Amino acid sequence: MSGANDPYDPKEVAALSPQTLQAAVDKARAEFAAAADLDALAAVKPAHLGDRSPLLLARREIGALPPQARSEAGKRVNEAQAAIKAAFDERRARLQAERDERVLREEGVDVTLPWDRVPRGARHPITTLSDRIADVFVGMGYEVAEGPELEGEWFNFDALNFKKDHPARSMQDTFYVAPENSGMVLRTHTSPVQIRSLLDRELPVYVVCPGRTYRTDELDATHTPVFSQVEGLAIDKGLTMAHLKGTLDAFAKAMFGAESRVRLRPSFFPFTEPSAELDVWFPEKKGGAGWVEWGGCGMVHPNVLRACGVDPDTYSGFAFGMGIERTLQFRNGIPDMRDMVEGDVRFTLPFGTEAQ
Amino acid sequence: MRLPVSWLVQQLELNDDTKDLTPDQVAEAFTRIGIEVEQLTPLGPVTGPLVVGRVAEIEELTGFKKPIRFCTVEIGDPLITDPLDDHPDPVDPHAPATTQVICGATNFVEGDLVVVALPGAVLPGGFAITSRKTYGRISNGMICSLSELGLGDDHSGILVLPSGEAAPGDDAVELLGLTDTVIEVAPTPDMGYCFSVRGLARELACALDLRVIDPAAVEVPPAEGESVPVTIEDPDGCSRFALRRISGIDPTAPTPWFIRGRLALAGIRSISLAVDVTNYVMLETGQPMHAFDTTKVSGAFTVRRARPGEKLVTLDDVTRTLDPDDIVVCDETGPISLAGVMGGASTEISPESTDILLEAAIWDPASIARAVRRHKLPSEASKRFERSVDPALPPSALERAARLLREYGEGRVQPGRTDVGNPTMPEPVVMAMDLPDRVAGIRYARGVTVTRLQQIGCTVDVGADADGTPTVTAYPPSWRADLLQPADLVEEVLRLQGYDTIPTELPSAPPGRGLTPAQRRKRAVGRALAEHGYVEVLPFPFIDPAVFDAFGLPADDSRRRTLSVLNPLEADRHALATTLLPGLLDTLTRNVSRGARDVALFHIGQVVLPRHQSAPMPDVAVTARPGDDELRMLAAALPNQPVHVAAVLAGNRTRAGWWGAGEPASWADAIQSARTVAAAAGVELTVHKSDLLPWHPGRCAELRVGGFPVGHAGELHPKVVEALGLPARTCAMELDLDALPLVESRPVPLVSPYPPVLLDVALVVPTDVPVAEVADALRAGGGDLLEDLSLFDVYTGEQVGEGKRSLAYALRFRAPDRTLTVEEATAARDTAVATATERFGAVLRA
Repeated sequence: MSGANDPYDPKEVAALSPQTLQAAVDKARAEFAAAADLDALAAVKPAHLGDRSPLLLARREIGALPPQARSEAGKRVNEAQAAIKAAFDERRARLQAERDERVLREEGVDVTLPWDRVPRGARHPITTLSDRIADVFVGMGYEVAEGPELEGEWFNFDALNFKKDHPARSMQDTFYVAPENSGMVLRTHTSPVQIRSLLDRELPVYVVCPGRTYRTDELDATHTPVFSQVEGLAIDKGLTMAHLKGTLDAFAKAMFGAESRVRLRPSFFPFTEPSAELDVWFPEKKGGAGWVEWGGCGMVHPNVLRACGVDPDTYSGFAFGMGIERTLQFRNGIPDMRDMVEGDVRFTLPFGTEAQ
Repeated sequence: MRLPVSWLVQQLELNDDTKDLTPDQVAEAFTRIGIEVEQLTPLGPVTGPLVVGRVAEIEELTGFKKPIRFCTVEIGDPLITDPLDDHPDPVDPHAPATTQVICGATNFVEGDLVVVALPGAVLPGGFAITSRKTYGRISNGMICSLSELGLGDDHSGILVLPSGEAAPGDDAVELLGLTDTVIEVAPTPDMGYCFSVRGLARELACALDLRVIDPAAVEVPPAEGESVPVTIEDPDGCSRFALRRISGIDPTAPTPWFIRGRLALAGIRSISLAVDVTNYVMLETGQPMHAFDTTKVSGAFTVRRARPGEKLVTLDDVTRTLDPDDIVVCDETGPISLAGVMGGASTEISPESTDILLEAAIWDPASIARAVRRHKLPSEASKRFERSVDPALPPSALERAARLLREYGEGRVQPGRTDVGNPTMPEPVVMAMDLPDRVAGIRYARGVTVTRLQQIGCTVDVGADADGTPTVTAYPPSWRADLLQPADLVEEVLRLQGYDTIPTELPSAPPGRGLTPAQRRKRAVGRALAEHGYVEVLPFPFIDPAVFDAFGLPADDSRRRTLSVLNPLEADRHALATTLLPGLLDTLTRNVSRGARDVALFHIGQVVLPRHQSAPMPDVAVTARPGDDELRMLAAALPNQPVHVAAVLAGNRTRAGWWGAGEPASWADAIQSARTVAAAAGVELTVHKSDLLPWHPGRCAELRVGGFPVGHAGELHPKVVEALGLPARTCAMELDLDALPLVESRPVPLVSPYPPVLLDVALVVPTDVPVAEVADALRAGGGDLLEDLSLFDVYTGEQVGEGKRSLAYALRFRAPDRTLTVEEATAARDTAVATATERFGAVLRA
């Protein structure tokens, strides 16, 4: 390197010699490579790429060269400069990649740690199953009807063709409400909603009535005094028992799969004539596919239609009903009905928020 | 009702196809036509030697705790020898074989015929009989009781057979019918006639297309005068009353085995010949009967309702005060029988009675049902009368019973017979011929309807109505009072043809409107609470009113106005819930007692809120649609039953764990649960400070929608928590879901693409000013430009002074149509602050 006052010999500007330039490049490469991290790299950068770096200082010497030599020298300096810059960029990229990798590695966690800070909730399976049943019928064009749980005997019995003092009435194991002879009972079935529907709605009527019902049964593995029913009612012109069977078959298939179907056995209910007990073919029955008692049904009794002002000579229809607890019990294989009523969260939580 | 299958089959005219009818086929046939079979129980099995024996000698053994008899019994066949005897005596072929048996019963004497199980016999239940040494003797078998033979549960003594019905050595398995099967059926309550062999056999005959032999078809000779004069003063209560007198009955005459055995299998214990015969004829024909001791009745009979205060000592020696609704049979001394329910003690037949008066009557089913309930006296007789008895039966049932008493008790049937009353027989029913087809949705073969109606006992006329439409007129038999209208005939045709022959067809309902807004809302609320960590439970609505004392409610609190169940399952839980909280708190306690700690529960259900002025329930007919007035009265007589939603929570709302502490469930969570409900219901909920038990007076919020209170939420009062044994700081929320307005929520969000201006303000306000109201003031003052505000700090301390606090809000301003300038936003903020200042003296904190 020549100082300002050095005797000038254009042929001997050492700083611009290829050897010197190559040495500067080599040195820069070595020092960059030796930089262990980005900080170290930044620390050595000025010495090779800064204002006082050998190459910048050498570039100032170019002016001192004879014009014919300047171009070649300039090219040499530029090449050396580019080489150093490339070495720097390469090293920096590598160090950055290493750093990023390290940071991500260091930020790693044990993803198997539990994080159930916010407890889960659930809807009761009786509710979700009722909803699902209602949805099946809504899909067929039915509407959902509801009524009060504390009912007038007129709705719960009289209008449903339960004669006063007939055993059919006392067999219902009714909860009576004070005062004596108040005419109020806790509804023993969802059938009073049939009456309310026929009184309130325009014909034809296709309704499904899910709801809570009450009978004086002691709580045990297969009985509960408070239980849920779902009832269907269809009143239209020309409805037959074949339509009842078709509807129940469709319902059974929706609930228990394409193989399922129903079977009717003659029975007696005051509000239907003919009446039938209803069995369903349950493919997943414990111990092998088979018939399971499911509910009751029949053609709506003309006396019921008359009590609601419907002409039984013009209209006919069918009704059916089943217990939700019982359905849930055999469908899900729940041995003890008490689990459904006691409200233990360990029972309900696995059911989540939609019908399982 | 339980019966041996053989008794039913005996009433059938079997043909070649059915001569080997099995009990399983009988049960299947009953099920197919609608008679439920509850149980089919084969008797026995008995294997090995079971024979009739005659007790030749009784040696009473002494020195034991109970009487023990060593009996020598003749067993007919001389070839049966004692297997333990190594050196049997030479057999005398002419002497009856005997054996010795130890017996612990004493209800027999020498000469009685008994049933002996010999060594090698196996009795029901796998009870193997061997020779064994007991009470110091060798016992070569066992003398059997009815229960040991599997013939009912009578084990009061050994079975003694009437003499002359068998001989020693006879095979007792065949004699006693131990290869029979007992069928237990549960006829539906409309089938009164099926509580008899007569009715069940007829049903079976219909199911199997066979002819039936009617046991009630006995020739009734003309009466020669009356047994006892009878006046029916109450023809509504008694439509027919018949009497027959039988005298000179041998009181010691035993009941023949065929009656006794059948009664045993039906679950009826043998008492005496006279009583057994009345029970037998009741099972056979369905006509309950009562026997008076003729010598104990005096004068003419009257049938009437009881007079107020009248008393009767019934057969069970209970003095009963009669109700004016009770029907009684009286002689000159007054009531001697509670009609159709239980006889009186004063005229009861005794083991010595030789002269009896048999009563067969037809009582009003409803009156009997009420009397049974009133006196809590259900019986075999009342069960039949409640379901109605064939009004044609009394004379033939009496005749049948009288003949049995003559045959087996040497009784003399007195020529007189009383038969008064005016029984109503079923009216003819006219039906369109094709109605069964139209109801079933099928075309039955020609003649099916007529054939089926004839099979059940109807007389059938075929005709046509005025339009020429073919009709059938069915004259129902006397025992089918349930056949009242065409639908009843239709059922008979359909059930006998078989429901399995009805095709399936899916009707097309008209398009429905889906769920109502209220139904959708209820589901949305349930789902939202579940998604927010609450578990749905369904507690019973039966509560102990004492819970309201634990709640600390004042005496006039409306929640104490409950309706009560008259017949609760648990005596103290008789009130119907006016709030869902007691049930939820019970369930919370149950979960906690089972080890749960962080519990959040909810319940959506009806509550029962009696009206302030309760209206009486109107008496409304069912022959036509009630009038609008009647419907209004029916509605007014029932209490309000709104749907409530409630939640309770205890323990941590967010759990503790390796990440650190959990957050305890607080009043704020309870209020938030109400907001969750409101959000799901699409309504705006406002929160106001309140003070209502059972909530903590300082941590109770009233929740309003549109200015109307709809519920409360917060932390429970510590005293309530203590009184109910709840976890500390249990919180609760209850809303009247039906009180929330049903808004068809139709949001129209305007999304401004322009940037917001964010400004913070800190306001110093008196501590007693609710935060919600400060926020309301800011919102009101900030106007349309104030897009959102959030409270990010609440500070109390020296810097703001006593009785004050600093509320720091982040305000976000935005214009819908332009980029808002800071100046505009600042101006809006200043108005917001000014409003808060104006309302509450809020001061902008430096």
